[in-house]
Amino acid sequence: MKRFLLPLGAFILLVVVLIVGLKHAPDKETIKSPLIGKSAPEFNLPKLIDVGQNLDASALRGGWHLVNVWATWCVTCREEHATLLEIQRQGQVPIVGIDWKDEDASALSWLAQLGNPYQVVLADRDGRVAIDFGVYLAPESFLVNPAGIIVEKQYGAMTMDDWQNKFLSHVRSSAPAGSAAPATAAAGA
Amino acid sequence: MRGAWLVALTALLITLLGASLPALAVDNTPALPTPELQTRYLSLIHEFRCMQCQNEALADSNVGLAADLRLEIHNLLLAGKSDEQVRDYLVARYSEFILFRPRMNLRNAWLWSLPAVLLLVGAAIAVRVMRRRAALPILDDESIDT
Repeated sequence: MKRFLLPLGAFILLVVVLIVGLKHAPDKETIKSPLIGKSAPEFNLPKLIDVGQNLDASALRGGWHLVNVWATWCVTCREEHATLLEIQRQGQVPIVGIDWKDEDASALSWLAQLGNPYQVVLADRDGRVAIDFGVYLAPESFLVNPAGIIVEKQYGAMTMDDWQNKFLSHVRSSAPAGSAAPATAAAGA
Repeated sequence: MRGAWLVALTALLITLLGASLPALAVDNTPALPTPELQTRYLSLIHEFRCMQCQNEALADSNVGLAADLRLEIHNLLLAGKSDEQVRDYLVARYSEFILFRPRMNLRNAWLWSLPAVLLLVGAAIAVRVMRRRAALPILDDESIDT
C-alpha cells in the first residue's frame, strides 16, 4: 500500500497544479501592458477637428487624462461609445481620443452621428503612435496621471463598472479633497 | 488508363499549388538595401507574434498591425539597430508575449531548469533501485532447479 502513496501524491499534486493553471490562465485580453508605471510615450499628432493644429504628449501632464485609442472600423468601439459619453458627462477626467489608422471623414461623421466624448481627437493615420502605446486591438484606454505616467490600462470596451472600480479609484486616491479637478491642459478640441 | 489519370491529377495539383504561391507573399515591406540586412529582417519577423492573431508570426500575418510592425522593424534595421535592440523595442511596447521564444529570467528560471532537475531526480531513483536490487540474494531459476 505504501508504495502507491508517492505516485498518488505526485498525481494529486499535478492535478492541483493543472487546475490552478487553467483557472488562472491569462486570457488574451489581459496581457499586462509593460507601459503601466512608465511615462506615456512621446507623440506629436495632428488634431482631427482643428485641422492644422498639433498636440504633443506634454499636453497630458498637469491633470488626469484618459487616452482612448479607437477607430471607426472597430466594432467594439461603437459598443464602448456610450460609456465614453457617460464618462465625459461626469466630467472628472477629460478623454483624449487617438483615432487609429482611420479615414478622417469617417471619423468626423462618426462623432457627428454618435456624439463626441473627447476633449480632443488626434489622428494617428499611419499607426506609428499606436505602436508606441503598444496598442494591438482597439479600443484600448490608458489612464495617465498628472505626472504623465500611465497608471491603468483597459483592453477592449470600457464599461462604467471598469471605469468606476478600476480607473476612478486611482484618481480618487490621489485627490485629497475627493474631487479631481478637470484638467485643461489639452483644451481646445 | 489509371496512369494517365494520375498524371493529369498530379499536373492539376502542381498547377494549383503554383497558383496559390503568390497569395503566400503577405509581406509588402520594401526590401532592405543590403542582403545582410534583408536576411536579418527575414529572420526577425519570424521571431515575433502577431498580437492580433497570436498564433501567427509577424512574417505570416496580413493583419494591418503586422504590416505596420514589419515596417517598424525594417526602419529600425535601416537606422542601424541591432537584432537585440529591435527585440527590446518591441518587448518594451508589447510585453514579452510578443516573443515566440521567451527570455530566461529569474521569474521563469525554475521552469527552464525543471527538465534538468527531473532528470537528476529520475537518475537518483534509478540508482537507488539498482543498488537495492544488487543487495538482494541471487536466486536464479537454475540454482533452484539443481
